[in-house]
Order: sequence, then structure tokens, then C-alpha cells
Amino acid sequence: MRLDDPWYDALASGRGEHREAARTTAADVPPQERHVRRRPASRDARGDVYLTVQRSAAFQQVRRRYRHFALPASAAFLTWYLAYVVLATSAPGLMARPVAGVLNVAMAACLAQFATTFLLTWAYVRHARLRRDRLALELRWETQDMTRAAGAARRNVPADALGGSVANGTGGGAVGGAVAGQAAGEEAAL
Amino acid sequence: MTGSHQTLTLLLFGAVVAATLAITSRAGRRRQGSPEEFYTGGRLFSPMENGFAIAGDYMSAASFLGISGLIALYGYDGMLYSVGFLVAWLVVLLLVAELVRNCGRFTLADVVAARVRERPVRIALGASSVTVSVLYLVAQMVGAGSLVALLLGSESGMAHTWTVLGVGALMVVYVCCGGMRATTWIQIVKAVLLMGGALALTVLVLVRFGGDLGALLTSAAERSGHGRDFLAPGLKYGGEGGWASRFDFISLGLALVLGTAGLPHILSRFYTVPTAPAARRSVVWSIGLIGGFYLMTIVLGTGAAALVGTASVRQSSPAGNTAIPLLSMELGGGAGSTGGAALSALAAAVAFATILAVVAGITLAASAAVAHDLYASLKRRRTPGEGGHTEGGRTEVGVARIAAAVVGGVAIGLSLLAQELNVAFLVGLAFAVAASANLPVLLYALFWHRFTTRGAIWSVYGGLVPAVALVVLSPVVSGAPGALFPGADFALFPLENPGLVSVPLGFLAGWLGTVTSRERADEARHAETEVRALTGAGAA
Repeated sequence: MRLDDPWYDALASGRGEHREAARTTAADVPPQERHVRRRPASRDARGDVYLTVQRSAAFQQVRRRYRHFALPASAAFLTWYLAYVVLATSAPGLMARPVAGVLNVAMAACLAQFATTFLLTWAYVRHARLRRDRLALELRWETQDMTRAAGAARRNVPADALGGSVANGTGGGAVGGAVAGQAAGEEAAL
Repeated sequence: MTGSHQTLTLLLFGAVVAATLAITSRAGRRRQGSPEEFYTGGRLFSPMENGFAIAGDYMSAASFLGISGLIALYGYDGMLYSVGFLVAWLVVLLLVAELVRNCGRFTLADVVAARVRERPVRIALGASSVTVSVLYLVAQMVGAGSLVALLLGSESGMAHTWTVLGVGALMVVYVCCGGMRATTWIQIVKAVLLMGGALALTVLVLVRFGGDLGALLTSAAERSGHGRDFLAPGLKYGGEGGWASRFDFISLGLALVLGTAGLPHILSRFYTVPTAPAARRSVVWSIGLIGGFYLMTIVLGTGAAALVGTASVRQSSPAGNTAIPLLSMELGGGAGSTGGAALSALAAAVAFATILAVVAGITLAASAAVAHDLYASLKRRRTPGEGGHTEGGRTEVGVARIAAAVVGGVAIGLSLLAQELNVAFLVGLAFAVAASANLPVLLYALFWHRFTTRGAIWSVYGGLVPAVALVVLSPVVSGAPGALFPGADFALFPLENPGLVSVPLGFLAGWLGTVTSRERADEARHAETEVRALTGAGAA
């Protein structure tokens, strides 16, 4: 039952759609900024890592995509729901107007609430899967590599001792970093 | 109700209890020492399993029996509830589920405490989470007492008392012995039973009407005695109630839609899956299940009005809670027939399983809030910097088990005291407290870079205190015939649900606390929260 890889969700959902996702990430982020710049570790190394990541173009891209979808969509459905509740309680005359057969405005609005809920769920999930998941996952591994490297530096352990994953993450590009990080991340999460 | 019918119902109840205890003992065999296992069941549930469990955690007996009953009695005004309960999940999906999964470990306070001074915020959020859980628990247990008494057809107070004691004892056993793993599986089994039961009844209703929904609605409107008004709003809210009853429903609607995302037992369910995308997919499953279920309650409620008749439903129970058992009886072949008795006993057993799964989830969330937030923070002051990770973890689980028993005991006591009272408002109140005290602080912590400790504390208490105070001053406590203290009259606030006022107050207090605090928000911790929330880096 537990055979499936926990990272399966993020990596393999919607295989066919990944090409599209990859295209948008490559196009929108300038190549030299796709990797978070690494800073020498200091006393507050962990905080520094997160500040660096937060300022990176790749992260700001993820955040912008998330907020540009989630915040307007939330405002829209909350307004639509509140309008529905206010109308249902204060304008029963309008709501009782027949539309077709036994269907009146009130019943149609009720069913429309169900329909918009399902529709928005579908749209949000699709948006997240195509526009966000892959970038977020790459950032996750890179951030975790950086945190670990910073922690090692603070303990005066040479960065080389950490093995290939950090080196890969620095030099190997998005895919290399993600794959190297995957092994380490699984170990951390399981 | 005949004797054999009662025996059959009791047998099915026994089967439900036996099945849940078997699940608990199976889950209890696993390693239970770590908080990871106790609070999250190991974090490796699949999105589908978690989606069923969320649906099982959320859909209470009040939804199954209560909303169908309201639809049977008041037609369209009953449907307004279903819409609120479903739309609320969009807030969870879009703004909360993934981010909370990435930032927190066990409770809601984990997310906020990562950004501000930990101790006072944990105490505040622990207090508000326990308040929400106990309110919801008492509502469920008093409801369970009257439901079981009603379903068994016994009018005596003894059945009520024994049900409250039995349900209370069972939920403590599930949580203490099985932790999150047992709770989750009980919720999954319950969700399957509930969906199956509702689907079977819906199909039977539709077959009765030859699949013609128009005929179903027309015939429901005719037999309700209200005619066309049955399918339009106004029978319960609006009309004679005047503006107070209208604002009351708007207030309840606001509490429902914003409160779900602040319910501790719902938020803790996202920690049982490995990643944020898995949390997202579990919400998609639960939206599908919950949406499908509420669509079916519309068919069942109108079906009860059409086949049983609104007058008969009201005669059997003034709140409409027996609409589903009566409808099952009718669909199975009418009163006195074997089929009718069997189907109605099955519906009662599904309702009973529903009650057990919901109270188990709430008890677990309350015990986590006590042990992980309140106890850990209050103890930390006395012995600073003591205790290794595993050592602390083991004692924490011990404390959580004791907390589950104490919360269970308190809920049993309150439910027995409130036995004779009308506590239907408590569900709305629990949602209102969650929406006013828990949601603003959570959203501010996740989305506002300037948010400070003072803002967090003001936000929690600024929502919690007005919500509770307004209810004390409302017509549900005094000054009305159905109030808790009908003799006294100190009802200064006209609405039964405080959400319309207390939710904006919670948000306002959080903003005010933040802009007036001298302390500046910690940039690094904000960066950490934001990066972790959106990427999942360093997620537990």
C-alpha cells in the first residue's frame, strides 16, 4: 500500500503536461538567475539562506504565480458567495422568479454555486500543477542543499565532506540539482 | 418503532462499535511513542485516503440528518446551509492547505509560531483551538444523545445519558489507543459508509420518480404544503423574522465559509500526507466527496418532503432530524415492512458511525492543542532548555493521551449538563470562533510581511473574546423562549451568530496590533516562512 514514492505526486503528476511547464519556466526566468546565488555561511546562516532564496528571481516567480491566481480567485468566489447569501435572504421575490419549469432563479443560483466551486477547484489545481509545482520543487532541493551546506560550514565541516549532492546542486543545473536533492530529501522526510 | 426494528438497529450499532474498536487495536499495535506517529499517523497517507478522511471528519450527523431534515421542512432555506459548507473548502484549498502543510508540524500554532515570539502565541492559539474543539464536541455529543434516543425510538432520558457516556468513552479510547492512524481509518470507513448510504437512498428516490428531477421537485413542493414557496428562499429566514433573522443567516454564512479553514481538526489532517501537492490533492478529493454528498442531501431532503410529507416529518421531530430514517422506511416498503425496518436501521447505523468519526477527530485535535501548544509552552518557562528530542517527544505523547481523556471528560460533563438544552447554535458558534480567532492570524502569518507578535496575540484574542462575549449577550443565552436561561434577559446583541461582527474584529485587531507594535517584524523569519510555505523546503 505504501509502495509508491512520496515524491511521485510532485514529479510525475501530469507527465504529458511537463513539457509545457518546462517551457514556461525556461522562458520566464533569465538563465543567469535561475539558480539562487549562494552566499558564504555565517552565524545566521539559516536565515541568510532563506533571505537569499526569497530574493531570487525563481522564488519571486513562484510567489507571483501563486498570488496572482489565488488572491483574485478567492476575492471573486467570496464576493459571489456573499452576494448569493445576501440576495437569498433579502430579495426572495427576485429569487422566486421562474427560469424554466420548476427551476427558479434561487435553484439555479444554488446549482451555480456548486458548479463554480467544482470549476475553480479544477482550474486552481491545473494552474498549480502546470505553473508552480516544478519550479517549487527545484527551489525546495536547492534551498535544502544550501541550508545543509550552511549548517556544515557553521560546524566547520568542509563542504566537500557532504559528498556529491552539493557539488551537483551548484554546478549541475536545474535538473541535476533536483535529482541530487531528491535522494537527500527523501531521507530527510521519511 | 417495533421491537425487532429496535433490535436490528442496536445490532448494527454494535457492529459499528466493534469495527471501530478493531481498527483502533490494529492501529494501536504500531509504534505509538513518537509525536509524529500519534499526531499525524506517520505522514504517509495517500491523497485519496486523506481526502476520504477529511470528508469523514467534516460531514457530521448534523449534515446527514440535520440538513436533509431542514430541506424537508423549509425547502430552499435548508439548501443554503449546504452551499456554505461546500464553498468553505475553496478557502481551504486556495489559501491554507498547501501552505499549512509546508510550514507546520502538528498544529495550527506551529505555522504562526515560526514567525513571531513562540510562547504567547502558542498559548493564545492553544486556548482558541481548545475552545473551538470543546464547543464543537459538546454540540456533536448532545446531538448524538438526542439522535440515538430518537433513532432507537426511546424517549427516556436514560438512553440519552448512556449515549453521551458511551460516545465519550469510545472517542477517548480511539484517540488514546490509536492516535491519528486509528482516527484516520475510522473516518475513512465512515466516509465510505456515509457516501454509500446516501448514494443508495438517492438512487432509490430517483428511481421512485423515474429519474425525473422536475417531478421530484414539483411533488415535494405540493406535499410540503407551501407550494412554489418551498423552492424559493424565505420560509425559515426572512419573512416574519425581519432583518435580525436575515442578518443572522448572513452572519452564519460568513462563519461557515471562513470558519472551516480555521478548524483545528481539519487543519491537522493536512499533516498526514507527505507533501503539499498531496495535501492539495486530498482537498480535491474531499471537495468532490463533500460536494457530491450535499447535492445528494438536496435530493434526499426534497425526497422526504415528497414521499413522507413535511407534516409527518415535523410531527416525528420538530427539527426534522428523523427525515432520513422516515424516508428510508418509506423507500424500503413503508412502515411495518421488513425492508423498511432494515433500510431505516441501516440509515441510523450510518448516522451513528458518522458521530463517532467526527468526535474522534475533534478530540485528537484538542489533545494536540493542549499537549503540543499549551502544555509545552507553559512548562517551558519553568524548566528552560531541558529535555532531548525523543525524551520530550515521548512525554508529549503521554501528555496528549491524558489531555484527550481530560477533554473527553469535560465534553461529557458539559454535554450531560446541556442535555435538555437546545444547543444547535453551538456548531455555528464553533465555526464563528474558528473564523474570528484562528483564520485571521493564520492568513496574516502566511501573507503579511509586517506581522508581529503583538498583532498575532491581538488577532487571536480580538476574535475569540468578542465571539464568545456576543453569544453570551445574544438571544440564544437569554431573553428568548428557547434560550439557555429563558428567565433572565441580558440579550443586548440581536443576532444568534456573532460571525458578522467578530470576524471583522479579529482581522482588525490583528492589523491594529501590528501597526502599533514597536517591535519590527523579523525579516529572516518571514523569509523562512514564505520560502517554506511555497516550496516545501525543510517541511516536516
